[in-house]
Amino acid sequence: MAMAIRVYLLFLLFLSSAILSFSLYEDQVGLMDWHQRYIGKVKHAVFHTQKTGRKRVIVSTEENVVASLDLRLGEIFWRHVLGTKDVIDGVDIALGKYVITLSSEGSNLRAWNLPDGQMVWETSLHSAQHSKSLLSVPTNLKVDKDYPILVFGGGYLHAVSAVDGEVLWKKDFTAEGFEVQRVLQPPGSSIIYVLGFLDSSEAVVYQIDSKSGEVVAQKSMVFPGGFSGEISSVSTDKVVALDAMRSILVTISFLDGDISFQKTHIADLVEESGKAEILSPLLSDMVAVKVNKRTIFVRVGGEGKLEVVDSLSDETAMSDSLPVADDQVAFATVHHEGSKLHLMVKLVDDLDTVLLRESIQMDQNRGRVHKVFINNYIKTDRSNGFRALIVMEDHSLLLLQQGAIVWSREEGLASVTDVTTAELPVEKDGVSVAKVEHTLLDWLKGHVLKLKGTLLLATPEDVAAIQEMRFKSSGKNKLTRDHNGFRKLIIALTKAGKLFALHTGDGRIVWSMLLNSPSKSEACGRPNGISLYQWQVPHHHAMDENPSVLVVGRCGSDSSAPGLLSFVDVYTGKEISSSDIGHSVVQVMPLPFTDSTEQRLHLIADTHGHVHLYPKTSEALSIFQREFQNVYWYTVEADNGIIRGHAMKSSCSGETADEYCFTTRELWTVVFPSESEKIISTLTRKPNEVVHTQAKVNSDQDLLYKYVSRNLLFVATVSPKGAGEIGSVTPEESALVVYLIDTITGRILHRLSHQGCQGPVHAVFSENWVVYHYFNLRAHKYEFTVVEIYDQSRAENKNVWKLVLGKHNLTAPISSYSRTEVLTKSQSYFFAQSVKTIAVTSTAKGITSKQLLIGTIGDQILALDKRFVDPRRTLNPSQAEKEEGIIPLTDSLPIIPQSYITHSLRVEGLRGIITAPAKLESTTHVFAYGVDLFYTRLAPSKTYDSLTEDFSYALLLITIVALVAAIYITWVLSEKKELSEKWR
Amino acid sequence: MTRIIRSSSLLAFLALQICLIFFVSTLPCASGSEDSYTITGRVRIPPSSVIGHTAKFSNVEVILNGGQSVTFLRPDGYFTFHKVPAGTHLIEVSAMGYFFSPVRVDVSARHRGKVQATLTETRRSLTELVLEPLAEERYFEIREPFSVMSIVKSPMGLMVGFMVVVVFLMPKLMENIDPEEMKQAQEEMRRQGVPSLSSLLPSAGASR
Repeated sequence: MAMAIRVYLLFLLFLSSAILSFSLYEDQVGLMDWHQRYIGKVKHAVFHTQKTGRKRVIVSTEENVVASLDLRLGEIFWRHVLGTKDVIDGVDIALGKYVITLSSEGSNLRAWNLPDGQMVWETSLHSAQHSKSLLSVPTNLKVDKDYPILVFGGGYLHAVSAVDGEVLWKKDFTAEGFEVQRVLQPPGSSIIYVLGFLDSSEAVVYQIDSKSGEVVAQKSMVFPGGFSGEISSVSTDKVVALDAMRSILVTISFLDGDISFQKTHIADLVEESGKAEILSPLLSDMVAVKVNKRTIFVRVGGEGKLEVVDSLSDETAMSDSLPVADDQVAFATVHHEGSKLHLMVKLVDDLDTVLLRESIQMDQNRGRVHKVFINNYIKTDRSNGFRALIVMEDHSLLLLQQGAIVWSREEGLASVTDVTTAELPVEKDGVSVAKVEHTLLDWLKGHVLKLKGTLLLATPEDVAAIQEMRFKSSGKNKLTRDHNGFRKLIIALTKAGKLFALHTGDGRIVWSMLLNSPSKSEACGRPNGISLYQWQVPHHHAMDENPSVLVVGRCGSDSSAPGLLSFVDVYTGKEISSSDIGHSVVQVMPLPFTDSTEQRLHLIADTHGHVHLYPKTSEALSIFQREFQNVYWYTVEADNGIIRGHAMKSSCSGETADEYCFTTRELWTVVFPSESEKIISTLTRKPNEVVHTQAKVNSDQDLLYKYVSRNLLFVATVSPKGAGEIGSVTPEESALVVYLIDTITGRILHRLSHQGCQGPVHAVFSENWVVYHYFNLRAHKYEFTVVEIYDQSRAENKNVWKLVLGKHNLTAPISSYSRTEVLTKSQSYFFAQSVKTIAVTSTAKGITSKQLLIGTIGDQILALDKRFVDPRRTLNPSQAEKEEGIIPLTDSLPIIPQSYITHSLRVEGLRGIITAPAKLESTTHVFAYGVDLFYTRLAPSKTYDSLTEDFSYALLLITIVALVAAIYITWVLSEKKELSEKWR
Repeated sequence: MTRIIRSSSLLAFLALQICLIFFVSTLPCASGSEDSYTITGRVRIPPSSVIGHTAKFSNVEVILNGGQSVTFLRPDGYFTFHKVPAGTHLIEVSAMGYFFSPVRVDVSARHRGKVQATLTETRRSLTELVLEPLAEERYFEIREPFSVMSIVKSPMGLMVGFMVVVVFLMPKLMENIDPEEMKQAQEEMRRQGVPSLSSLLPSAGASR
């Protein structure tokens, strides 16, 4: 028996052998992984198209990225991802060589070198209050060889030198509560005009000497109606503002320091009435106003007289005006007509003169145009050509030129909110298999090349040939299912409400779909996507059905807003159906039941404490009724520090209710004392995780039963003081407490307190263990703690043979109501980096040992073997423990550079990592998303069940040939010998 | 452990004090900002000897308190965090190809924002806030150069080796056996009807 255990242990050891289980050769980059770089939805764009040098466009985005893009190809020259709280307010180019960004509500001003993106200087500006910020880079203002940049933010107006970021002067407006709206600078004068509102009812104009920052003159005038805050400057001495009622346009002229108002009722301009809105802020001598879903252009005459010159339909996006040749100013409008997009560039002075009129076929799944930026160039025939950079509703960025889309970037993928995976269709008989290797000779040649590569005999050309062959071979980009399950679809839902299907082979977009509201109502023009679920995964008796995913969306950002469901066919990317569900969505719970067509049952909880069953079919209802008593769920109220458990009660009553609506009753509550504990993190196991062995064999041939329950909830709380940032609390004031709670009974199975520690807590829960990362204030280091939980009630069943032979009574029903005795083991280790997210590898059968995937602060992903976070590690493991694979205890976890699965890449702005099993037990898919996307395939215990990519078939072949030759030679020899013997 | 840290920080406090650069010229102390200070430091990357890629400052990020604020390096390698409250903070440097130890930075409120820095990994205190990589990171395995041994050691190589041994050494062994004994053994074999190699092959059987 001991022998058998030894063998079993050795087998386990074999499976978990090799500490360095992930490592890559440099020429293997791109073989299994891909990396895509994005920037996010563009907020501002500044063109830099000088005659010489590369043409580029500088953009800032909603993901806090500042980037320089190649205007010809749309590639990224350089980019920087600013901190998450460092929201970019403005971007511009100064001195023709620096990119200036203003961020953090006007308190951080940075200059970046235009060609390479190196930061040149950085200035922190003083700010005392929250206010909107303004960046103004005057083109022709020069003060003593210096070119000041004017920045308003936080109640101060700063003039900053563009050369070195030195603050030249600043003006304090905090006392008055003055908000700068516009900084205007008449050409050829050193006086700048600063116009703003005081308490949004008084217009004030300061004349400030740009050399010293002294106020030369100040004029103010009270406007009785008050201003709405929207303003548009039409010329160097005139602005148009909107009053608080949004019904009067006020022209404010401040020529020579005198202020004068001129009021014009919008009702006098157009028949339509309604709340007005001032659009695009920079049009010369003209202002665009949106009234009642129409855009009207109002020309501002010499004496502030307003007249309507044009009107456009609602779905029009406009660019800022752009000076073109001969003192003319042009602007672009883009509107939709069916599937076509019409781009028009008109002169501001003369709206009938259309400089450019282009129509472009546009993919319906891009939605409407959100923003337009235009730029002009001189064509060879000396006329003006225009290129337009447009931002679509799905956040994609396109460059239009000469009636065609020059390039496009799917920037929606920079804001992925939820990810799931889906299978590809099965290869049908009629479908021809793509020819990978043509003839035996080609095949042989390829393998000889590979052999050369592995033996380092290859010339550079050979290496190139090998790379090319590798990319072509293995059919990894085919759109059909493969035997190993390496080819899959990654379905990603983005913030814009667009669904993308990416191929795991090369990351290309197989299909994409913009969510539509079925009701087309006013409030729900474009729903927000919340989450994504696998709705139908046919595998047994519904093979003919296509798999589908469920997208849960919401009309509006409020949690009580009505939700909607959309079912999308994974193979085709078409919406099967969508419905307004008429109630809010608080929580979506996939149930472990499927109906006859393999549709998974889902419960959706609303704000009233009711749950609704989907799909709404009688079959689903009957399945659910059968399990009615066994359905439990829980809610976490993080703000109040309460966790509640619920069970089903009865069908809903009331006239609006249908038979798929149920009421619930509260079973238990766990209340955390609000003065000492605040919930910062909760986590459960992945519902679809597979656990292979329920028991663990100790080195002393003891059995430990894992407490494997799907109903465990990990909760982490900190002292309210410690909920802030790291520097804000002393070790004595903060404590971190973690709980393991059974969500059926509300029983607290384990409680562990860490004194002098604080969040943020990043945790991962798998099988019977939790690993979490937090900050230890005493040591001033990050720590990982592992908690493993074992079932003590079955501890008497120690017969290993029964377990090995499957005779063990493991299938006996385990009730969550039985109060099982549990045993927990835990251990802590230091870790040398901040962590953004953690995930764990998952394989098809759960046999392969696990790896933690740690997304570090440097946006890399580190694979750490679970054996490093094993609570049974000791300083001096015995021989038997070593045999089992227990690593000697160290106080910190190692960071082995070769085990970064992202190798030399960064997944900028990393937000999440998901793993999905491949069919091959050894292999798992890993997909990481943030601003960038990264995918790779991992084999945590190496590919023990298949040959590696660089397995040398040629060497095998040579060996076989050699063997055959040897057999033949020996046969001939023995034949000869036999003959000679016979002659004798 | 705590004791070690305390003593080392005491050492640091006694021996070395880093002067905080206070931007008096640009940031006069206004009301409400007295408790916020500035941390200025420098990242120095020695010219790389092993790795081919040169240290590019434009891709280095300096992170305060696990992402509270992120800043970048100026061309001379200096970085600054503004508006940092007094207290104990953590600075991390993210640079591809290098491993930097996180730095514990104590900003003293009593000494007008005096900064003390300690590397948390090695517990070494710094005289100036100059951060240097602890190690270079190599993300790829290095391919072993071609050697005969690597082929010989591979399973196929072992197979071939075994074959060679059998083919060339076995006859040698046979020769060493006494011819008389050999004959006897062969006769015995013939009597028992042990098939020879040639009779095993179908073609050999047909030729007979």
